[in-house]
Amino acid sequence: MSRHFAVGERVRVRQASPPGHVRTPAYARGKDGLVERLCGRFANPEELAYGRLGLPARTLYRVRFAQSELWPDYRGHTSDTVDIEIYEHWLEPAIHA
Amino acid sequence: MRAYHDLGGLPAGPVERAEHDYALWEKRVDAMLVLLGDKGLMRTDELRRAIEGLGSAAYERMSYYERWLAAIVEIMIERGVVTVDELGRKMAEIEERRDEAL
Amino acid sequence: MHDGHDHPTLPERDEELNRAQITEMALRQLLHEKGVITADELRRQIETMDARTPAQGAAVVARAWTDPAFKARLLADGAAACREAGISTGPFNLVVVENTPEQHNLVVCTLCSCYPRYVLGLPPDWYKSKAYRARAVREPRAVLAEFGTVLADGVAVRVHDSTADMRYLVLPMRPNGTEGWSAPRLAELVTRDSMIGVAPARDP
Repeated sequence: MSRHFAVGERVRVRQASPPGHVRTPAYARGKDGLVERLCGRFANPEELAYGRLGLPARTLYRVRFAQSELWPDYRGHTSDTVDIEIYEHWLEPAIHA
Repeated sequence: MRAYHDLGGLPAGPVERAEHDYALWEKRVDAMLVLLGDKGLMRTDELRRAIEGLGSAAYERMSYYERWLAAIVEIMIERGVVTVDELGRKMAEIEERRDEAL
Repeated sequence: MHDGHDHPTLPERDEELNRAQITEMALRQLLHEKGVITADELRRQIETMDARTPAQGAAVVARAWTDPAFKARLLADGAAACREAGISTGPFNLVVVENTPEQHNLVVCTLCSCYPRYVLGLPPDWYKSKAYRARAVREPRAVLAEFGTVLADGVAVRVHDSTADMRYLVLPMRPNGTEGWSAPRLAELVTRDSMIGVAPARDP
């Protein structure tokens, strides 16, 4: 269903606000980052939360975001970052390279 | 639209660095969750989902392990491990015994 | 106000807390009666959890400071290296992030309270507080300053939001003036807070 990404690839977190249990924090949605690593494949928490098995397992990525991308008014250094674990179905290719 | 447990980036005051030693009942709640997980009777994401369903007022007011307990009870009822009726009777029994002891 | 704590002067809160304890007792007794969880299992699980303390993490950090090959293994696969050191990380992968003169790491869970509990034990109340969870990702330098940690210019802050299946442990920098120290002696300088990333390791 969703495509796979390589380390270093620029990705965008989908902008969506579904009801129910989700592990993608609101502050990262719609933001661009770089894939820092692939963490492995894990059962989908959005299914596990309702007593189901969450299969097929999803690839979990760690995505590194520049603080200035997350918060336009960020006052720290330009090199400051936040790493967030995000499941594959919440990621899409970033529009620009 | 942001869920009330999804706190990243919200304005908030200073971090109060208080700590407390966990009470025995809190440790028991923690241990129950771990054991229910080991036995395949409950998933961490079910706990989270039930906590996220408590409502924002309860989420704000309750202590950490009160939230866990409320969520574990909810999931145990959902999964049919315990029933509402059993819980109600057992709680009444405990309160009665306690009142007699006073 | 921080969560995890109560207002003991409010009678309604006392009543609620009282009710929580009765609910805990009732659930526990039902689970015992049904044979789902025995009293013995519960007691042993509490003992197991009580035995997990920051001293475990401190031993791992001190070994990494004194054994470069172990440090490399720890950074490559935290769970495997902890197992090698006799510490289980349970079902979780452990990502160990290294502080250097160029970068400082800080761990938070903005969605709940994910914490490397197998390695460090249960988290402190402030880690689970609304203020820490809300602010650590947006103003990490201000949060660090509240903990007395002011970073030198040019040090990048890397925040790690534990949103899913990884858990994080910060490998703090080895303090100056500890040349030739043994690992057990070094471990005494490694605080819990230094492994969360809110503070450096203690100076000798």
